Amino acid sequence: MTRIGLWLGLGFLWLPVLLLAGYAFSDSRVPFQWGGFSLRWFAALAANDRLREAAWLSLRIAAGSATLAVLLGGATGWVLARRGPFAGRAIFGALAGAPLVLPEVVTGLSLLLGFVLLQAATGWPAERGATTVLLAHATTGLAYVAVVVQARLAGMDASLEDAARDLGATPWVAFRTITLPLILPSLLAGWLLAFTLSLDDVVVASFVSGPAGTTLPMVVFSMLRLGLTPEVNALAVVILALALLVGGVAGWALRRVGN
Amino acid sequence: MRRIPLLVPALWLLGFVALPLLVVLALAISQPGDGVPPFVLPYSAATGWQPNWEPLGLLVQDDYYFSAFLQSLRVAGGTAALCLLLGFPMALGITRATPRRRPLLLMAVLLPFWTGFLPRIGAWTGILRDEGWINGLLRGLGWIDAPLPLLYSDTAMFLGMVHAYLPFAVLPLYASLSRLDRTLEDAAADLGARPATVFLTVTLPLAAPGAVAAFLLVFIPAAGEYVIPELLGPPEALLVGRVLWQEFFQNRDWPVAAALAVALLLVLILPIRLFQRLEARQ
Repeated sequence: MTRIGLWLGLGFLWLPVLLLAGYAFSDSRVPFQWGGFSLRWFAALAANDRLREAAWLSLRIAAGSATLAVLLGGATGWVLARRGPFAGRAIFGALAGAPLVLPEVVTGLSLLLGFVLLQAATGWPAERGATTVLLAHATTGLAYVAVVVQARLAGMDASLEDAARDLGATPWVAFRTITLPLILPSLLAGWLLAFTLSLDDVVVASFVSGPAGTTLPMVVFSMLRLGLTPEVNALAVVILALALLVGGVAGWALRRVGN
Repeated sequence: MRRIPLLVPALWLLGFVALPLLVVLALAISQPGDGVPPFVLPYSAATGWQPNWEPLGLLVQDDYYFSAFLQSLRVAGGTAALCLLLGFPMALGITRATPRRRPLLLMAVLLPFWTGFLPRIGAWTGILRDEGWINGLLRGLGWIDAPLPLLYSDTAMFLGMVHAYLPFAVLPLYASLSRLDRTLEDAAADLGARPATVFLTVTLPLAAPGAVAAFLLVFIPAAGEYVIPELLGPPEALLVGRVLWQEFFQNRDWPVAAALAVALLLVLILPIRLFQRLEARQ
């Protein structure tokens, strides 16, 4: 019974992905109809300047926001797991966890309004675009990294760090030589998670972006609204191939760091 | 020096989480305006305190907004229930597989997501549309003459929703089922309980907290979903996310959009608190 359920569920998850991957190589103009083997949609993809520029922008935003998210979220997770009680700890924890449970439209709207007000009050950010999307993605990424790092530290003995401190290490040395190597796999995993979330986000980006900050998902969303799927299928195959490559390398790196 | 790991994230969270949420609250009681940005805050030094309760009142009085909330709850509840129904046997199946195969099966659940969220939704439009894969197949077989209207329907919307959210149910269910003490099931079986009885009286009650967490993990984001109803659902499926989007981008009525966000948070506050308590207990 459960075995049938498992394979049924996996079939449901895989069906559209397999069809998409197969028909990306179809010559037909009508998506998901077979018109013989062809790479024309990959050629169309490569010739599409708008898509290529948006993809490059999205990759830079994803890398930048994931890096910020690891720095901020790593510190947040460490504070929540290791620093004892302090004034405002409950509020700090609630704010760090909020992006995980807020609906996307609420996150997007609130961040946009925050940017509008900041600009009115301080003149910064001067215009909305790539920078505001990067800040927004860093904020959601922060929350995910913090959870991963906090969970890792909670499952880890604090006495190692205490021992280093007792033997005369400064807090910074204890952190760098004991804590950091132990949480490195979580930081790497958190970076990848934040990177993926940023690359996949259309709702928050649509709210906080401006004319100069059209990300890849925003372009794909408008293409899907117009019903242009063959190029999107080709794009999905390229993304999948890259993800498999990066995932393979990251898995290998995580295992090496873990050992 | 010791304060930096606390101070920097704290300032960031105040600036980019707390402040924006407070502005949403303020905007929900603001006057709409013709300027850029198109609203007038409820307080200014010149005019004093002038809240505008119309946007929030509109949500209660106008059926259009009220039914958006009912629709969202229906779609989110239906999606979460379907994800549980489909995800529970999957999670159970993975826990019962040999230890060597478990990571492979988990991988098989996650791998389809590496194509990106939007292309997967695009695949469903390609499969379901009038000239799409299913209609092409059925016409090729000679079973139908006219294409079946599959896309832009409730069915298409639920297919897309369940497809997008299923892993959110499978992973927490797997986590809770794999912690479950198998000897309890064996004991019940040894004492003469039939497999169905074991499942209903031992497995299911033990897995219940994990199942509730999985339900909520799907329900909470699904309640505010915008993209899937927009690309797959019927035009009349005006869920909160879609109405908020329209008010903001098409009507440029920012106060009503903010009022919708506040109301959505009020509706979700109980599920969110319940979910956080379940998480804290584990």
